[in-house]
Amino acid sequence: MTKARSDNGIFFLWQNSWRMLWRDWRGGELNILAIGLVIAVTSITAVGFFTDRIERGLKLQSAELIGADLVITSGMPSVNNYIEDVRAYGFQVATTLQFRSIALANQQTQLVEVKAVSETYPLRGVLRISDTPFGDDQVTTDTPASGDVWVEARLLQLLKLEIGDTLRLGASTFTLRKVLRFEPDRGGDLFSVAPRVLMNRADVNATGLIGVGALVSYRVLISGVREDIEHYRQAINHRLRKGEQILSVEEGRPELNVALQRAQQFLGLAALISVLLAGVAVATVAYRFASRHLDTSAMLRCLGASQTTIIRLFAMEMLWLALLASTLGCLLGVLTQFVITELLDQLVIAKLPPPSFKAVLLGYVTGIVMLTGFALPPLLSLRRVPPLRVLRKDVAVRSVSGWFVYLGVVVCMSLLLYWQIGDLELVGTVLGGIMMSLVMLAVAAYLLIRVLNRLRGRVGVAWRFGLANISRRPVSSIIQIVAFGLGIMVLLLLSVVRSDLLDNWQGSLPPDAPNYFVINVQPDQVEGVTEYFKQRGVVNTRLYPMVRARLVEVNGKPARTSDYDNQRAKHMITREFNLSWAENMQIDNTLASGSWWSRKDFGKPLLSLESRLSKTLGLHLNDVISFEVNGTVIDFTLTNLRDVDWDTFNINFFTVVPPGVLESYPANWVTSVYLNAEQRQQLGQLVSEFPNVTLIDVDVIMQRVRGIMDRVSLAVEFIFLFTLMAGLAVLYAAIQSSQDERRFENAVLRTLGASRKTLMLGLFAEFSLLGALSGLLAGLSATLLAWLLAVTVFKFEYSVDFTVVLIGVLSGTIIVVLAGLLGTRSVLSLPPIQSLREGQA
Amino acid sequence: MLSGVSPVFVEARHLGKQVSTREGVLTLLNDINFTINVGTSVAILGASGSGKTTLLGLLAGLDVPTQGEVMIDNHNLNDFDEDGRASLRAEMVGFVFQNFQLLQGLTALENVMLPLELAQAPHPRKTTEQLLNRVGLGERIHHYPNQLSGGEQQRCAIARAFSTQPRCLFADEPTGNLDSETGKRIIDLLFELNAEQGTTLIMATHDAQLSQLCEQRLHLDAGQLVINDLSASTADASHD
Repeated sequence: MTKARSDNGIFFLWQNSWRMLWRDWRGGELNILAIGLVIAVTSITAVGFFTDRIERGLKLQSAELIGADLVITSGMPSVNNYIEDVRAYGFQVATTLQFRSIALANQQTQLVEVKAVSETYPLRGVLRISDTPFGDDQVTTDTPASGDVWVEARLLQLLKLEIGDTLRLGASTFTLRKVLRFEPDRGGDLFSVAPRVLMNRADVNATGLIGVGALVSYRVLISGVREDIEHYRQAINHRLRKGEQILSVEEGRPELNVALQRAQQFLGLAALISVLLAGVAVATVAYRFASRHLDTSAMLRCLGASQTTIIRLFAMEMLWLALLASTLGCLLGVLTQFVITELLDQLVIAKLPPPSFKAVLLGYVTGIVMLTGFALPPLLSLRRVPPLRVLRKDVAVRSVSGWFVYLGVVVCMSLLLYWQIGDLELVGTVLGGIMMSLVMLAVAAYLLIRVLNRLRGRVGVAWRFGLANISRRPVSSIIQIVAFGLGIMVLLLLSVVRSDLLDNWQGSLPPDAPNYFVINVQPDQVEGVTEYFKQRGVVNTRLYPMVRARLVEVNGKPARTSDYDNQRAKHMITREFNLSWAENMQIDNTLASGSWWSRKDFGKPLLSLESRLSKTLGLHLNDVISFEVNGTVIDFTLTNLRDVDWDTFNINFFTVVPPGVLESYPANWVTSVYLNAEQRQQLGQLVSEFPNVTLIDVDVIMQRVRGIMDRVSLAVEFIFLFTLMAGLAVLYAAIQSSQDERRFENAVLRTLGASRKTLMLGLFAEFSLLGALSGLLAGLSATLLAWLLAVTVFKFEYSVDFTVVLIGVLSGTIIVVLAGLLGTRSVLSLPPIQSLREGQA
Repeated sequence: MLSGVSPVFVEARHLGKQVSTREGVLTLLNDINFTINVGTSVAILGASGSGKTTLLGLLAGLDVPTQGEVMIDNHNLNDFDEDGRASLRAEMVGFVFQNFQLLQGLTALENVMLPLELAQAPHPRKTTEQLLNRVGLGERIHHYPNQLSGGEQQRCAIARAFSTQPRCLFADEPTGNLDSETGKRIIDLLFELNAEQGTTLIMATHDAQLSQLCEQRLHLDAGQLVINDLSASTADASHD
């Protein structure tokens, strides 16, 4: 009794478990276990650190991101009617209006994003300005004085300006007074292709840029005591008119956040896959570890150690290992997240808070859960080793069914991930998807192995031996093929297939696809603008009218967001529609149902709707749809649905009506044109002639979008490298767990007269087949996924490129052969007698 | 019939083997000298740790000596590298082990065919099938080792050993893992095939009775050759 108690004393356990750890480490037993853990912990903490920083950064700045506690926004100036109301509540108020325009200076033009602000702007956060583009910036509580503008440094460079120079906006000329360095509610610069010009609200009218129907965003910024604000928000919520929207701290997150959230989710997914794969590696090695420690355990039991003591010793040894590996993983995780942040640098304009310790906790929990979960089941079997094994090695040990434990681990990992991603549905979908793909890959791998095994009788001795090695360890082979295939697949998808998809998509655009949108053309300028383009060789410029309207009723029932579940539908209901009119349907549209109007229908309130939108809003032919146009409600009858190819960059409309209905309402006209380099240089004249007309350079937007995609996928790719490493760890683990067997078999072959070359060829056969199979599966599934993505998400014909499969097979073969031969080189160097003495494994 | 008549097939000259351990150099074999004539059956006898398996390994070229040399069929093994020795083994040597040492991933047929394929012999399958029939495994050629009993596995191993018609067969405690009845049948088979093919048989064993079947007995004790007994055995004599 006394002995048993002292056996379990903490000092005894502490000392002996450390000693065991040290001995096992020295004996090379723990390398893969540690590597697997480090990979998992590194990838999960790197993503955790990054996600945490982004999240805290966004929270800190969320109020600043909208420059207020609450914002009412609308495309109509009527939103300013709230000002009196808000003041009555005792809140602070500021107003802004934003629009795009062309700035003119030094005979050059530049598209800018103008923001005109009242003197109280901003209510939350601060403006930072400087006197020179790269000088020290300082906080200011001022706003631009009348006649002054503050601009982003970028504009100074683009137009070769200096502080003190002048700049023309529409009919007015302004003095550049300060460089605008930071503006709280700018959000990310994700889609802001044009530099900012900040001006005084009082100067807007004089510029003449705000014509009827111009695209302007009006905002009323409100701040006050939090509870009062919330109360006010609820009070006005149901009073909002169509097109008016409330932005609060939660809703005010700009599109940047959506992009970052997506990136976070992808990174989380990549981390999950790496953790799962690393878990497989850990489990594989743990089995070997346990089987090699059967004798140790039997001996310990013979010497009087209880089952509990044995299990505590091994558990404690594993705990030390988990702690050490997690520490290393966390350190590497910190370094890795700096790399991700650097890669995403352009997306994140605001300064992120430093990494917090939340991710460290996540790392340690992952390490410990993984090791206990994946390695404990085999270790538990050590407890059951009968002492008799000391005398007779063939005394069997009842093995543990690890499936339940593994299931528990997967659940644990999912919870960890949920903690990190915070989207249960996504975690569920992803996990389900992964499991299903894994099963499918495993079945495919199994079938391939079966087919290959049939070839055994027809090949030489080395290849037969390689094939036999694959097919006799089917479970291990399948795990290796799947684990490795998954890593290659993801990398193929992210590298080769992604650029393939982009090229395919860009290839689907004609070379003379419009590269400029011309918007805000007033009715009396239509002829002038058409003539301008005609004189410069741009023929067939067709301008389209558009009139702003709000959807008010469908079949006599008020259209409310609460009637729709679909987010897109909700969004479409609240936004303003641009109604256009046309005699004939545009050539790139096709009629999906109903009939196009004829001359006799002109003047009738008929409506043509884009077919996908009709599905989103649940509208059918002959429905009566009422729009409010400039204060008048008009009931339109839905007479046809059109399919629209949006990728052509031609101007297209969701809603079109016959001529003779809307001509009397305030409209502005738009068009899209293709301009060559020479024609582009002359755009300054267009802007001088028609100052209110706005040009949008599609090329720049495209390049920017592509740049963002590149950066995000680079970051995701980087994390998926860990997946590949985890795949390699599985391969190494499998090699290590079969090492004793291989050593013995090679000794037998050597004894029977096989040369080193034959042995190498056998190993080469085995690994090249494993690699080729993983690569084949990876290439095929990447191609399939790409095709699915192209057809379902991106909606274009994807020409399947089988070089992807070839690349998969080649890269899979090369990597697995190199790693495999490297991992087994020690097997070849042992003299046969040594292995034979150790006997059969 | 005995050593005086036949030419020498195996010769050990001042053979020694030492290994370095943490406690110092450990001598496994020391200055071993003997000759074995063609077609002779030889038993290497000795207690555990006397160096039987080490000597067998050196004679077969599975390991290299630290002193002295082994001559097989007038070839000095020291002149060959590992691949050279492997090719020599493929050409003229067969093995039977205590643990059978069959490859678990290969069927009985494939296991037996292995040395033939390594030696690039013509029609390996036909020869293999004949041999498996000869050892009584004709019905089980597609079975894997774990589907065969211990005795069947050793038969398979013997078939493998004889498949290349080796000039010399090395056996390491061939009956060590078998019950006495099965062991006896295996020994009978071994000696039958040995006689049929005129092979030189060199067998490590601690079984004194078994050693009596052999024509020459090498007694090892603590790495030293203490007796080289060339007298015809009683069992052998009774056969005559």
